[in-house]
Amino acid sequence: MNYFLTEEQMMIRELARQIANEKIKPIAGELDKTGEFPYEIMKILAQSDLFGIFIEEKYGGTGGGVLELSIATEELSKACGGIAVCYAASALGTYPIILFGNEEQKRRYLPELAAGKKLAAFALTEPNAGSDASAIETTARKEGDFYVLNGTKHFITNGGVADIYTVIAMTDKSKGSRGASAFIVEKGTEGFSFGKKEDKMGIRASATSELIFNECRVPKENLLGKEGFGFVIAMKTFDKSRPGVAAQALGIAQGALDLAIEYARQRVQFGKPISSFQGIQFMLADMATEIEAARALVYSVARTIDAGEKNIAKISAMAKLFASDVAMRVTTNCVQIFGGYGYMRDYPIEKYMRDAKITQIYEGTNQIQREIIATNLIKESLKN
Amino acid sequence: MKIIVCIKEVPNTAEVRINPETNTLIREGVESVINPFDMYALEEGIRLKERYGGYVSVLSMGPAQVEKSLREAISMGIDEAFLLCAKEFAGADTLSTAYTLAQGIKKIGDYEIIICGKQAADGDTAQVGPELSVCLGIPQITYVSKIEEINLKEKRIRVRRMTEEGYEVIQTSLPCLITVVKEINEPRLPSLKGKMRAKKSEIKVYTNEDIKADRNRIGLKGSPTQVVKIFSPSQRKAGEILQGEKEEIVNRLAEILKKIG
Repeated sequence: MNYFLTEEQMMIRELARQIANEKIKPIAGELDKTGEFPYEIMKILAQSDLFGIFIEEKYGGTGGGVLELSIATEELSKACGGIAVCYAASALGTYPIILFGNEEQKRRYLPELAAGKKLAAFALTEPNAGSDASAIETTARKEGDFYVLNGTKHFITNGGVADIYTVIAMTDKSKGSRGASAFIVEKGTEGFSFGKKEDKMGIRASATSELIFNECRVPKENLLGKEGFGFVIAMKTFDKSRPGVAAQALGIAQGALDLAIEYARQRVQFGKPISSFQGIQFMLADMATEIEAARALVYSVARTIDAGEKNIAKISAMAKLFASDVAMRVTTNCVQIFGGYGYMRDYPIEKYMRDAKITQIYEGTNQIQREIIATNLIKESLKN
Repeated sequence: MKIIVCIKEVPNTAEVRINPETNTLIREGVESVINPFDMYALEEGIRLKERYGGYVSVLSMGPAQVEKSLREAISMGIDEAFLLCAKEFAGADTLSTAYTLAQGIKKIGDYEIIICGKQAADGDTAQVGPELSVCLGIPQITYVSKIEEINLKEKRIRVRRMTEEGYEVIQTSLPCLITVVKEINEPRLPSLKGKMRAKKSEIKVYTNEDIKADRNRIGLKGSPTQVVKIFSPSQRKAGEILQGEKEEIVNRLAEILKKIG
């Protein structure tokens, strides 16, 4: 299929594919077992310039956008959804600075993030604030030239390993979601520490941790946008980053299907490879078709966003919703094709199923995505 | 510091098959890649540049499609690429290859160090590097596993050279030629910026007009090597390890030796 990629986008795909095949595939199974963070791979991705493919050239990037990031994430995810999310989560943490940072903040943080010398993370979720993000309890109290942060964030991807965190905290609780603000917090700031590292079902190579703020003093220059912008910053960030999760799901699905096709060709039952049975063939055909449909949606949403379209919440949610549901269905069916072997940890396929599940949950559950889509549909209808 | 890395394009050894009738390599449909040992030479050239500053060039001889490999070298971080490409160069053995490369290097200009892989994965001769140093009249150190120090002021280099028992530490004057083994480094992958640069880079192609080589010393004409026969060696039987009590082993051994006569 011709995806009408530019020469540069094809280079990104080729490079990410090479890293996935030569460097990630050989260690993905081991890191899934140990839950060790893939520092070595992050270094390789940094040397290959892949951390800068969605960052402007004047800040050290190569000037691409959401499509470039999606292409790289998809390729890495084919080999390991866990390692890919370490990369994609850094982009999630970087987007608030790209979208709402002032010139000084951009100059200070983006070059090192583009070079992959530092990793970023985004911190919104709290124990009592998941889908209801407006319920966050972490506070930021203004004191002279500082904001003093108190509270706990949890389930933070790249928590503990990232150097730069975008943290959403309440500056004025009385205003509800309009009282939230976003801050750039650097690792090592006094009063900022890390709590429990989660033991996850899938994407186990990635680090998911608690962030603890205890009278953590952040310079007022680290406020992103203005006070009260926190919730808007979070939502606009997700609008840009959700195609990345969709791309992760797409990669996981494609990676699983590739393995299932290979297995079906080799596995002999009733004297024939199981790929010769129509029951298996129809499954393969349906999966491949669904994946292509997901890819078409993800790429076209990414292109639309990169072209500067303003109202992207609906299409961005659609890409994430569709691709992650496809990934869950496809990986479950791929395990089915592997049969009993597929259920065993000696084979790589069950990992894809575990890795796929999170794409239906994080960066907004798929129920929240449907709500975003429906709200926008109704809003559009009212306008007409 | 000026560094020149010499590379060869070879059939991808992971896919090599031998025609059982002619005993020659089946090249059709086999992808060409940079000789794996030359990847270590490229990486070491780039590392030397990062360590000591300077400029690193890559040189190859072969048909026009070698440009692809030269661009790959640039995408890793090589500054400039040269290709010796002419009909007269074809059919060269190691001696005429080394002579032609030497003429190419003279045309490129000054250098402090030339780096080659220890041998090519197709011919396995390990001759071109040493022959090249002789053609250029510079010292050579083969099988280098580590460059310990380069002193540009005093124009000398100290390296570790692999031997079967361990390693030797050797020092020599610059300019010199080294051939490297795989223990020396781990070649990097290309970078995106490198790939973009490689696409735009001009590959300088030299013909015999440019390098002014003696026509009797290049290509098939300049190659004294004659391939009489190529054959796949017959498979040796696996050895047998005798295990058990001492006495038992000795008796078994005696029996076997008796049988052989």
